[in-house]
Amino acid sequence: MRLDQRYTFFDMGRKHHYRDDRANAEILRKVAHKCYLPANRLMLDLIREFQGDFRISYSITGVALEQFQEFCPEVLDTFRALADTGCVEFIAETYYHSLSFLFSREEFKRQVRKHHDVMTELFGRAPTAFRNTELIYNNELAKEVERMGYKTILTEGADQVLGWRTPNFVYQPAGCEKIKALLKNYRLSDDVAFRFSDRNWAEWPLTTEKYARWVHDVAGSGEVINLFMDYETIGEHQWADTGIFDFFRSLPRAILAHRDFQFRTPTETTANLDPVAQLDVPHFTSWADLERDVTAWLGNPMQDQAAELAYALEDAVQGCGDDEMEATWREMLTSDHFYYMCTKWFSDGDVHKYFNPYETPHQAFIVYMNALNDFALELKTKTHQ
Amino acid sequence: MRVFMFGWEFPPFISGGLGTACLGLTKGLAQHNVDVTFVLPRMESNEEGRHLTLLGANQIHAKVGIQDIRELRERVKMLEVLSPLRPYITDTEYQSIVQKELLSSEAVLSMDEQDFSGGYGSNLMAEIVRYSLICAHLAHKEDFDVIHAHDWMTAPAGMEAKRVSGKPLVMHAHALEFDRSGEHVNQQIYDIERAGFEAADRIIAVSHFTKDTIVKRYAIDPAKITVVHNAVSKERRLGQLRVEKPFREKLVLFLGRITFQKGPDYFVEAAAKVIKKQPNVRFAMAGSGDMFNRMVERMAELRIADKFHFLGFVRGTDVERIYAMSDLYVMPSVSEPFGITPLEAMVYNVPAIVSKQSGVAEMLDGAVKIDFWDVDRLADEILDLLDNKERADQIVQQGLETLKRTKWEIAAEHVLNVYRELAGGWR
Repeated sequence: MRLDQRYTFFDMGRKHHYRDDRANAEILRKVAHKCYLPANRLMLDLIREFQGDFRISYSITGVALEQFQEFCPEVLDTFRALADTGCVEFIAETYYHSLSFLFSREEFKRQVRKHHDVMTELFGRAPTAFRNTELIYNNELAKEVERMGYKTILTEGADQVLGWRTPNFVYQPAGCEKIKALLKNYRLSDDVAFRFSDRNWAEWPLTTEKYARWVHDVAGSGEVINLFMDYETIGEHQWADTGIFDFFRSLPRAILAHRDFQFRTPTETTANLDPVAQLDVPHFTSWADLERDVTAWLGNPMQDQAAELAYALEDAVQGCGDDEMEATWREMLTSDHFYYMCTKWFSDGDVHKYFNPYETPHQAFIVYMNALNDFALELKTKTHQ
Repeated sequence: MRVFMFGWEFPPFISGGLGTACLGLTKGLAQHNVDVTFVLPRMESNEEGRHLTLLGANQIHAKVGIQDIRELRERVKMLEVLSPLRPYITDTEYQSIVQKELLSSEAVLSMDEQDFSGGYGSNLMAEIVRYSLICAHLAHKEDFDVIHAHDWMTAPAGMEAKRVSGKPLVMHAHALEFDRSGEHVNQQIYDIERAGFEAADRIIAVSHFTKDTIVKRYAIDPAKITVVHNAVSKERRLGQLRVEKPFREKLVLFLGRITFQKGPDYFVEAAAKVIKKQPNVRFAMAGSGDMFNRMVERMAELRIADKFHFLGFVRGTDVERIYAMSDLYVMPSVSEPFGITPLEAMVYNVPAIVSKQSGVAEMLDGAVKIDFWDVDRLADEILDLLDNKERADQIVQQGLETLKRTKWEIAAEHVLNVYRELAGGWR
């Protein structure tokens, strides 16, 4: 969700369209052709080939669904086809991929409900598993999500939480009774998502044989291996010429060669496995960066101030009763905006810079604030009418 | 009267006030029928030059030989070291990119047309050497009565032209190292400034503030220095109408380079104090510079991002727009040799608060003057002026009176008098 970088102070009061529609369309179509369409087709082939033994789950934001609808409806068709196989689970999350849980419980619940309804309508089944934006998680989140009726919650298998323990079991979130937690195995997940094409990596090239061996090595010391990654890994972050499609094509066969290993969706997993221990996560964790906390989006003054000011408009937005205004406001809550303001790696430049459409995090902040300030003015006008 | 003039900036390719001042002065001189030949390091085609002869050193195919370069370096000792200098550089920036290479004559020779960027790039010293040699070459060919060099970048050229032609040299000080860098002056630039002042027959300073610094810090005889205040050549293209603001609050403006010299940090701190007492005020900061990112973060730290707007570098009609939208202009400069911007603000009926540590404060009866470090007083004055319409109007009126007296024609006349004294009468 790109904001129009040319939106300046002088546009305030005159232009109220903050999205860079052209960039958004371009990017979506590009990623659809490099990733979503070929990857979905691959998954469909694999599901058919293994006749139910290959199973996969997806978490798709509401904003992404809207963009598919608008710019590349074919993608939605392929996801529907996947849903129809019965081997695919769709997971709930916040519609707008937001940090709302950290700022407004009510907004969080509204966004989750909205997402829940859309998923049910689109794919024919109500979600029973949940994952928060960027796997941001803590005990309070688990409790809230349990109250909302979900049975399974996904989280990062962060070292600061696990200590000596392994992510390869089901855990019971502290303070919860029924909901079960699945922890991402970040080593095995990131081996594919980040390191797959890194020639400087000791294990490059990653063959399916080698990877399947690592997976099989867990036998006897774990009950579940959670491979969670950005779907764009397949074809966009890792381009086709790295061999990523071939890797995934041959992966199910290699994994299933060992009789004790099966592919399961989150809900199927927690239905059959019991938690082995409690998981106490008092402070937020996430799947981002080395810290695996929330500093990718919050913590520097620009990020904090922008988020504060955005959420401060909640009451006025709700009171205004204008659907378009509400949608615009919620798009401003998408975590991407705050990610671009991150200064953690500013001087070194790394994964943040790769994803950042702005020259500097300060530019990101300025464009965002121009838009937000204009929005606030618009809101004031509309509420006084 | 024919003048051979050297400058590093000319609109529209400007970085600070230097180019604007050169444009205004040359226009004023033209009105007095002075013939000006102005040499820039680099010329494009869109400089505003119908009233004078503009030359670009990059276009002069002068035969510059190794011997010439070596001899120049002998004469102007401080051109020894090639280093990535820029006049607006800060100490920290300099430390991080310092490369001590000896300026090799070969390096200068190997420069061709394309190497004259005319800006403030890493090749600055080499460009200055080359520029000086070309100006010396031109001094042979051109016929003129007096040489006029603006700021340190053209000082070596001025000195060379004087040597070659025997004509008198006027050094024009628009800004000094002490303004740009506080106490941590770059020794090489200081040496060049000083050499220029010593070689000059007369020095023009843009303010008494600057003249004082030249006397005290460069050991120059005050009798050699004439003060000529800059003027404003702004024509209001947007007419008398106030431009509509998208919000009802009053707007306080900072417009200038976001760097140590201009005191942007004091503006940000004062803004926070003002907003705490009176939340219905907004602030705008227009400009770019090495302190930009820090200012954005500090502003966010102070939690005023809903009331404080960064515009980035503003040019063309946007400059007029932002002035026209403002209710108050603040120039909290730490050390400002002149400071054209408060005068520009007056053109738009915007009252100004200026730092006492500026040249323009000398000539503005109609402005509130504060010590740049006095953030509390700045905040109080901002609050008062926004609230007190009578006082604000009075300040604007006085400012407009001052403006009437500051025309480039008048400044040019003072400059012309200096020329006359040196050239022994009009030709």
